[in-house]
Amino acid sequence: MRYAMVIDTLKCVGCSDCVVACQTENNVPVGYCRDWVTESVGGTYPIVDIELRSERCNHCTDSPCVRCCPTGASHYEEGGIVVVTHDECIGCGACIESCPYDARYTHPDGYVDKCTFCLHRVKKGQLPACVSVCPTKCMYFGDLDDESSEVSQLLKKRNHKVLAPEAGTKPNVFYLI
Amino acid sequence: MKEELFVSGRNIPNVDPFLHTWHWPIPLYLFLGGLAAGILFFAAYFTIIGKEDKVPGAIKLAPMVAPIAIVVGLAALMFDLTHMLYFWRLYTTIRLESPMSWGAWVLMVMTPISFAWAFIHLREVFPNFNWPFKWLYPIEDFLKKYKVWMAWALIPLTIVLGIYTGILLSAFNARPLWNNAILGPLFLTSGLSTGAAMNILFAKSKYERHLFGKIDLGLIIVELFFIIHMVMGYYAGPEAQKEALHLLVGGEFTVMFFVFIIGMGLVFPAILEAFELSGAKVWAAIPALLVLIGGAVLRFLMVDAGQMTRYLY
Repeated sequence: MRYAMVIDTLKCVGCSDCVVACQTENNVPVGYCRDWVTESVGGTYPIVDIELRSERCNHCTDSPCVRCCPTGASHYEEGGIVVVTHDECIGCGACIESCPYDARYTHPDGYVDKCTFCLHRVKKGQLPACVSVCPTKCMYFGDLDDESSEVSQLLKKRNHKVLAPEAGTKPNVFYLI
Repeated sequence: MKEELFVSGRNIPNVDPFLHTWHWPIPLYLFLGGLAAGILFFAAYFTIIGKEDKVPGAIKLAPMVAPIAIVVGLAALMFDLTHMLYFWRLYTTIRLESPMSWGAWVLMVMTPISFAWAFIHLREVFPNFNWPFKWLYPIEDFLKKYKVWMAWALIPLTIVLGIYTGILLSAFNARPLWNNAILGPLFLTSGLSTGAAMNILFAKSKYERHLFGKIDLGLIIVELFFIIHMVMGYYAGPEAQKEALHLLVGGEFTVMFFVFIIGMGLVFPAILEAFELSGAKVWAAIPALLVLIGGAVLRFLMVDAGQMTRYLY
């Protein structure tokens, strides 16, 4: 089992509904967010290109945060989902420093927090909160090891990319381009 | 040309607009850890080769600083933990992949040895001082018997501690400024150099002062070579590292890097030490203090600037 998220940048309108859904579902403290929307403008005027991306923890297959954690609080759960056990986290910040995506933050209660792919929902067979609310249905979640899954099929058919592949972390959030 | 913008209004404290998760306690600890490693390395080395009578300052006096440096450093480290009450979790596991884990374990072994080392020399440094409790005398005699053993243990421990302060940073490939293999040896050399500088301050004789002057001079030259290699590595590196180097060369840390680290922290004290060794009248404490300040500034610069660098996507 290898959980992955596929996000269609061509369908995303940048409404930030995923961000609000996550904050509500996971009781994220005010001012913080586990996912966010980026607008990336490239090219030279007048030929410019805008890409909207809903970004979050990439649940990398080779996670530097898991490697750097001195207590083992950051670890892999089922399907390769990277999770922090709050009671084992000492708040040293090593994982925050090690993340090329700056996806982690220090929760006001002291431990380090981040996206969990809504593990508690996934275990019940539900989709992550952000995926379930997306009004343009541009987000997909599923198992990459299963060749017939929606995410596997999309990655087979469409052009896609991951963020900062040169960081060597083998991220599991894919963007259709 | 590419411009990135958070359109969902992300503004997380200490993460945006650029990372600043590690504050002043971390570079302070890295400096003090390297300093303690340097002092104890020389104390152990000269004990093993049997030069105890010739360098009493380095073996007896300067190591009094080591446990203080370690304790202050560890206190700073604890202070920067945001989930402090759970710090004991460090010692419920050994994670070989995490430099921070083996740093914690090395300190666990080294801190008591540094105290023991200071303990057996305290009455030699202060001859009028007597232990308030009688049971401390047999402990002192017992530990004195194992002094050479302690010295042998300290050699690998101090080297690991010195290198670890650098590898702690270079293990983070997300921060291009830190992610180079030379940082470990550079911080080890800098730690030994600050240790030698401390020994110059505590030298009991001209022989001892000149010995550590020579050692420090050699270490400064090695350090300069490492820094040149590091900068060349950034220039030859990928875009992310070139961008990182831009902070040190032309960016906001330029003065700190060239004036306070390379100029005041390495080249100028090296010249003063060379003059002092050749017989000119230089107050030896000046280059020693400059080396100590330069070592501290190097840690602060690397930690602060490194956090501002990131992958570009």
